Amino acid sequence: MVELNAAVALLGRFPALTGVDLRIEAGETVLLQGPNGAGKTTLLRLCAGLLAPESGTVTVLGHDLAAGPERRAVRRRVALLGHSTGLYEDLTVAENVRFWARAGGLDVEPSVERVVGALQRLGLDDGLLDLPVHRLSAGQRRRTSLAALVVRRPELWLLDEPHAGLDQAGRKVVDELIGDAVAAGGTVVVSSHELERVRLLSPRVVTLAGGTVHRDTSS
Amino acid sequence: MSRFLADARLVAAKDLRIEARSRVVLNQVAPFALLVLVLFGFALDADQRTLRAFAPGLFWVAVLLCALLAIQRSVSVEQADGALSGLRLSGMSPAALFVGKASAVFVQLVVLEVLLTAGIIVLYGSEVDQPLLVFATGLLAAVAVACTGTLYGALASGLGVRETLLPILLLPVLAPVLIGATRAFDDALGSAAVDGWSWLGLLAVFAVVATAGGALAFGALVEE
Repeated sequence: MVELNAAVALLGRFPALTGVDLRIEAGETVLLQGPNGAGKTTLLRLCAGLLAPESGTVTVLGHDLAAGPERRAVRRRVALLGHSTGLYEDLTVAENVRFWARAGGLDVEPSVERVVGALQRLGLDDGLLDLPVHRLSAGQRRRTSLAALVVRRPELWLLDEPHAGLDQAGRKVVDELIGDAVAAGGTVVVSSHELERVRLLSPRVVTLAGGTVHRDTSS
Repeated sequence: MSRFLADARLVAAKDLRIEARSRVVLNQVAPFALLVLVLFGFALDADQRTLRAFAPGLFWVAVLLCALLAIQRSVSVEQADGALSGLRLSGMSPAALFVGKASAVFVQLVVLEVLLTAGIIVLYGSEVDQPLLVFATGLLAAVAVACTGTLYGALASGLGVRETLLPILLLPVLAPVLIGATRAFDDALGSAAVDGWSWLGLLAVFAVVATAGGALAFGALVEE
């Protein structure tokens, strides 16, 4: 599913990953942890095909991400929840979810039922459907962003601090979402500082430090 | 090919829907365009004969100034809250993304050109002798400006100084469009004895090169 061998990635000229070896099997849930600047976000962006490895190899869903076309090919099968939501302020919640679902590779416009189902899955009231995003709270935006990923049904979920900005109910919903994704055959990689919460979801914890894997509980 | 067109249409529709909601072009750029025409009138002492003679050049300078605002808006929509990263992650072809963004700018420019044409007729007393030449010039120049602007907007945003750098980068590149469109309008509005149709050829070549070059180069810019 995901395999990195001596993967090095640069942010500008700064080596954010200095030689990562990691193998994640299909259906696994993996927690990434480590101090700020350890390379967690860079690792997720590398696996999503947003960065090219400077050296080493990165293979995701059978695609070698050294080549540009391979990186673009893998992106439609992967969902990345980053620090920003990617939502358009002037579009409604429903329009944003539909746009990102179509942009992410759905051939047909997702039905209203599917959009409403995804929003309800994230604990959002369907009354928010026609509300412009600029009127949502930060937590509601985060959930809308996740709903857009749910509609796409990706094979690999890369979640960067998915609990950030959410209340207790929202955090519980995210936990359930991760469980659902794995139950549906998906693979989930979560970067989080909420160790106790995520450990309940994942027996495997990969600790990054200084841009490399410091500890992997599976090995 | 159908995926390419579907993606381009999706992006263009999204940008136009955002514009319809925010009404930045309607409420800010369009009044700015008319204000520019009025200020040119003040600067030239409201002499209608002079205004008629200079109307083609004033028209296209006003179009380029408005285009800068429309292009900056098109870029800023993708900068807010990481939408551009989302588009990159979507796996959408960069060429489709380019065509979609440029198409939305093109539609906005055509609306502004219609408004400005009405403006020079009402304010400057210009008369349209060759409507077909006006129509063709407006379309080709809008394609050229929209494609070049979308490409340079991506370039400037990648450098992180888009508001100040974009005009300096873009306006010199668009000088041939300004010259060609002004000469074509000189003929179409009867303000100078030139062959406007031959200048239309320059615009057509520029539009084709800007579209093809933009579609090819856009990917490298948004991937950086």
